[in-house]
Amino acid sequence: MARVVLIGNLAQLTGGVAEFDLSATSVKQLFAQLAELHPALGRHLDDGVAVAIDGQIYQDSLLEPIRADSEVFVLPQIAGG
Amino acid sequence: MAETNGHSQANGQHYVGTRTIRPDGVDKVTGRARFGADFNLPGQLIGRVLRSPHPHARIVSIDTSKAEALPGVKAVVTRADFADQPSEFIPAGEMMMNYKDVVRNVMAREKALYEGHPVAAVAATSVAIARRALKLIDVKYEVLPHVIDVVEAMRPDAPLLHDDLFTVGVEPRPDKPSNIAKRVEIKLGDVEAGFKKADLVIEREFKTAPVHQGYIEPHAALATVSEDGSTELWTTTQGHFIVRAHCARLLGLDIGRVRVTATEIGGGFGGKTVVYLEPLAIALSKKAKRPVKMVMSREEVFKASGPTSGATVRVKMGATRDGKFVAAAAELKYQAGAFQGSPVQPGVMCAYAPYDIENVHVIGYDVVSNRPKVAAYRAPGAPISEYAVESVVDEIAKKLGLDPIELRMMNAAHEGTKAAYGPKFGPIGLEETLNSIKKTEHWNTPLRKWQGRGVASGFWFNIGGETSVSLTVNEDGTISLVAGTPDIGGLRASLAAVVADELGVPYDKVRPIIGDTGSLGFNFLTGGSRSTFSGSMAIVEAAKQIKADLCARACKLWEAKPDQVEWKDGAVRPLGALAEKVKPMTVVDFAKVAGKTGGPIGGVGRINAQGAGPSFGTHLVDLEVDPETGRTTILRYTVAQDAGKALHPAYVEGQYQGGAVQGIGWALNEEYIYGSDGKLQNAGFLDYRMPVASDVPMIDTILVEVGNPKHPYGVRGVGETPIVPPLGAIANAMENATGIRFTELPMSPPKVLKALTEKGLNKA
Repeated sequence: MARVVLIGNLAQLTGGVAEFDLSATSVKQLFAQLAELHPALGRHLDDGVAVAIDGQIYQDSLLEPIRADSEVFVLPQIAGG
Repeated sequence: MAETNGHSQANGQHYVGTRTIRPDGVDKVTGRARFGADFNLPGQLIGRVLRSPHPHARIVSIDTSKAEALPGVKAVVTRADFADQPSEFIPAGEMMMNYKDVVRNVMAREKALYEGHPVAAVAATSVAIARRALKLIDVKYEVLPHVIDVVEAMRPDAPLLHDDLFTVGVEPRPDKPSNIAKRVEIKLGDVEAGFKKADLVIEREFKTAPVHQGYIEPHAALATVSEDGSTELWTTTQGHFIVRAHCARLLGLDIGRVRVTATEIGGGFGGKTVVYLEPLAIALSKKAKRPVKMVMSREEVFKASGPTSGATVRVKMGATRDGKFVAAAAELKYQAGAFQGSPVQPGVMCAYAPYDIENVHVIGYDVVSNRPKVAAYRAPGAPISEYAVESVVDEIAKKLGLDPIELRMMNAAHEGTKAAYGPKFGPIGLEETLNSIKKTEHWNTPLRKWQGRGVASGFWFNIGGETSVSLTVNEDGTISLVAGTPDIGGLRASLAAVVADELGVPYDKVRPIIGDTGSLGFNFLTGGSRSTFSGSMAIVEAAKQIKADLCARACKLWEAKPDQVEWKDGAVRPLGALAEKVKPMTVVDFAKVAGKTGGPIGGVGRINAQGAGPSFGTHLVDLEVDPETGRTTILRYTVAQDAGKALHPAYVEGQYQGGAVQGIGWALNEEYIYGSDGKLQNAGFLDYRMPVASDVPMIDTILVEVGNPKHPYGVRGVGETPIVPPLGAIANAMENATGIRFTELPMSPPKVLKALTEKGLNKA
């Protein structure tokens, strides 16, 4: 099971729960599982977040694989000037 | 087919990492390069904008009848010409953007929310007629109280900009609207427990003034809409695909019917990632059935295009007596301008990113006030929060009697450090930048009275994103490269070098251009230090296709099997016994027989680039303060930054130097000055004092290269990090020169003189 951590305000949408153990094998599955557990979170995931998988940040990349022992952080989306 | 050593030339030459001639250089120095305002079309009209004179006012009515009746006026647009948009957030540039706000920013609806807010626009046959028409538009305002400062805007009794703005991120949800759009936070460990372990705790509050990106080229757009709705637009922008998307959305157009060409760009720094004139020019052209050209004046640029936030930042850090940071907290309050969406989120995430600290808690507030809506500005949000942190870091060093570089080194983030915003860093080069600064002759040169030396580090994330490029092998073997992200910092030179190395052709046989939105797949904008990083990855993909195609053609020509050929050192080479019979073929050889071997040769790279490597830098500055005037002179400046791999070292150095200079301006002079009437008092370069060449010394640079393992050449973005450390470095140098810790930016001569006088330090 991948360890998933919500960063920042996202945990406000899950009643304060910020850490999960999920069986997701891709970002797409991760979002689906989180949305199923906490529907209020789903829309924010669709709006755009970044996902750090084992230290590497991915954005708008639903097909990125997640391993069973991965550490995943869901972050605010990042861009720049 | 095998591919080996794909980065070599047939003649053994490499261009990546060298200082190649700039493909756009000749046109730039001869004046041929065409910037936004240089484009014209037959029969074009001149567009001008009527702007609110009030920082906050309800728009009671707009009567355009007299203007429309003026001979020579061909179109007038107001809020009535732009359909309202639902509240829907979309990623745009650095921040999420809400189309409900975008449509109100390009043309005021219910209220004017800042001085300069557009309330109408006209298209006329001459500038004089357009100006006269603006005077004939009768706008009735109900003037409302205004608020500029972020702390004042947060007060419960502050004038309210939006009666439907309820703070997001606080529980329970507020039942009253306020100017606080959002509260964000990040937490790591237990910050209170961390402070209990500290031998030294320092808490300080800092203020930074709002500043503008200061690009020399003003916003400009030329639009033409045909009778069938086909729309063409030329504009100076960091992202013409984004401009196309925004204009199509705001004006109800099919994206496929809108073609946008990015002109040469005279600076953007994040400020040209949004739309201002473009939807107005299209709307006017559609109404007038003639092309419409619009160019902002400098005053309009200052008053109505996106600056960055002014802010108040409170920082609290705890350290053990031997210098280990054990806890860090901060509270950030950032101005968003008239609509929500300040860069406080990245400010929160970046504040402590350079350091390995177990316990961190940072809170940020996104606050609206009666100023133009902020736009991205180079590492948005980071310079402000990291300035405050770097100032306190220096104070800790002083109080503990430690060398400031050693203190930073002791606490520096490194591979495996868990960033306060979540993930662990991969290979990063912060320690290398600190080490390289410490080894400089600059660091070890003695200073005189009234001179001070300061050091500070900085961080920015960097991003990838959607990117398309195309490569075409022309009939003579030259290569046409089309990229879709505007070149604001050397993109064409860097990408051309990658093409040359990938395909084994001379650099000067690669001709790079920036294609319009009709010539490529979608490209996200030039921002986030992404265009060279992502573009070079896309080129590698496109070149792979070409190499595979050439190997396949060679097999057909040589009647060989795929395992009998390989791409190596810029040519398809026969292997084994076949090598006795045929000679290797280069791109030029294939170009000659392209038609006879299957047709034109080319490749496209279409990727969503991931794997951007974070970037760290450390700056060192010497300055001298004139105690009689308070004027500060920058004596010497050295930048060390991790580039991963510098594809074009001169351009990378240019980014380092440019960021440092902008930071110098931010630290010492630049600020939006508002009167008590809420109006900007210094909307011009005479009074808004940016550094010019004579204000700064040559900025020395050190290219640190800790390769990014996720990029085929090891590249990291480099454009934004260089503006992060200067504010802190200069504040630290000022403290060393004067003994005064300045906690407000800019440290302009009047403020410095006042501080020196109050302390009695400048008595004869």
